[in-house]
Amino acid sequence: MSRKGLSRYLGLSLKGVTYLSLILSNVALLGIIIYILVDGMGYLTWDFLFGPYRAPDLISIWPAIVGTLELLLIALALGLPIGIGSAIFLSEYSKSESKLVKAIRLATETLSGIPSIVYGLFGYLVFVVGFGWGYSLLGGGLTLFLMILPLIVRSVEEALVSVPKSLREASLALGAQKSRTVFKVVLPSASSGIVTGCILASGRVISESAVLLLTIGMVVNKVPGDMLSAGTSLALDIYYFSNFGMPEEAAATSVVLLLLVIFINLLALLAERLLRGKGYGKA
Amino acid sequence: MGKPRISDEPVFDGFKIKVEELNLYYGEKQALKNVSISIEEKQVEAFIGPSGCGKSTFLRTLNRMNDLIDGCRVEGKVEIGGQDIYQKGFDVPYLRRKVGMVFQKPNPFPMSIYDNIAYAPRTFGIKKKDELDEIVVSSLKRASIYDEVKDRLKESALALSGGQQQRLCIARALSASPSILLLDEPTSALDPVSTAKIEELIGELKKEIGIVIVTHNMQQAARIADRTAFFLMGELVEEAPTTAIFSHPQDERTLSYITGRFG
Ligand SMILES: Nc1ncnc2c1ncn2[C@@H]1O[C@H](COP(=O)(O)OP(=O)(O)OP(=O)(O)O)[C@@H](O)[C@H]1O
Ligand SMILES: [Mg+2]
Repeated sequence: MSRKGLSRYLGLSLKGVTYLSLILSNVALLGIIIYILVDGMGYLTWDFLFGPYRAPDLISIWPAIVGTLELLLIALALGLPIGIGSAIFLSEYSKSESKLVKAIRLATETLSGIPSIVYGLFGYLVFVVGFGWGYSLLGGGLTLFLMILPLIVRSVEEALVSVPKSLREASLALGAQKSRTVFKVVLPSASSGIVTGCILASGRVISESAVLLLTIGMVVNKVPGDMLSAGTSLALDIYYFSNFGMPEEAAATSVVLLLLVIFINLLALLAERLLRGKGYGKA
Repeated sequence: MGKPRISDEPVFDGFKIKVEELNLYYGEKQALKNVSISIEEKQVEAFIGPSGCGKSTFLRTLNRMNDLIDGCRVEGKVEIGGQDIYQKGFDVPYLRRKVGMVFQKPNPFPMSIYDNIAYAPRTFGIKKKDELDEIVVSSLKRASIYDEVKDRLKESALALSGGQQQRLCIARALSASPSILLLDEPTSALDPVSTAKIEELIGELKKEIGIVIVTHNMQQAARIADRTAFFLMGELVEEAPTTAIFSHPQDERTLSYITGRFG
């Protein structure tokens, strides 16, 4: 085959592969969603969502809903401010050549690659055993916070770095202080990247199960009394239900999990609007 | 941040620029060598010279934008209105309010046209809507772009054409009511019509404020500048009234450059 023919052939087949993977991934996604909805929707009753848990006839995921929200609250309430703050410090207030910054960057990169079960083990050793809290939502939330922190730092820093230098210069040249430049120009310009990072982080929290098995236990039948009680999460409930012969319950829980993910995405969109401020053009 | 400052602002006595024996280094590399120059108020001064000779670098020493560059070191004296702007503890944000800057590539903020212009006044603590409105309108008018954008102030500035964006950037710089405006090749990315508009604008502005403009276009310098300075390899070779520079330059390097023999 001639060179030209070869490259044309390659181009065509690459195009084919692209379409194929596009179709495959969309079909797979749709399939999963439909499967879950068909299986689970019928099972979504008031009692299943919010009722008391009295096995074997009254099954409820209320404990998991409370647990998941508490975990999210702990992990994000700590992770977002600390993560975004560190990223701002790294990208705006430190010299990128300095040893300290290089060390921090290496650390965040390494940490975000560690398998979650290792974080789980760490949480178990520190919070469950070391602090003597036993299984607790607080310990689980703190472990999740440690797990998503490098993720948030990295994605926010990437978003900040991609803001063109010329915008910073424009602001400083108008006599604006550095802090105003960062908060009124750089952060709004990076808002969509930052929000994406936060969505990814919440996604990790919601879908995590390995860490939680080792830190909050899997107490599916009791609403947690306080932050220091053991508990469960939606992801853990799915694991539990499918392990103990309740596939419909597992599917129904998945529906709730999906809805939660959609809700968080919407919330993030709203946050992005606010962060950008009004009058922020689309173009 | 944003509070109106009263007492600690440096007091400029006029806006004459006086530079004495300025040396500037990027790390080991010397970019400006022994530059001395005086620039009077309310006139247009053009900087010409081949690429890499230090025109932008010198322009940026006048509002201390070089402070942002790691490893940049300045020796010598830069005085504006009798104040040494490199003295310790000098209020640099205030300096940049008084010595505005427009960059080569238009760099509007990704905000509405209105918010772009209101950015600087808001920085100085102006919050009242009618005061802001007044500054926005007058700045846009001074940059002769008001008529083109008056119906779309709430729309994104990024939707404007390149030439409009650059005039918007000039309006934004004017909103801080500077007394000197530094322009770094403001028309190099623009078409002839937009360029003519900006040149006309410069003619208007110099009635009120001083203008220093870097340009690669010698006709442009001849058209708009009262005086012209020729830079070569970090040195200021010659500075004189524009007509004199172009008709009978004193230095033969200037002559070679303007007759197109190098650069
Ligand atoms: N941030 C920087 N770090 C290191 N060296 C720099 C930096 N900026 C400029 N220089 C060097 O300083 C010299 C002068 O650069 P400058 O940008 O002032 O030239 P110029 O006259 O404006 O050129 P041009 O007409 O191409 O814009 C050049 O040799 C350039 O390589
Ligand atoms: Mg330049």
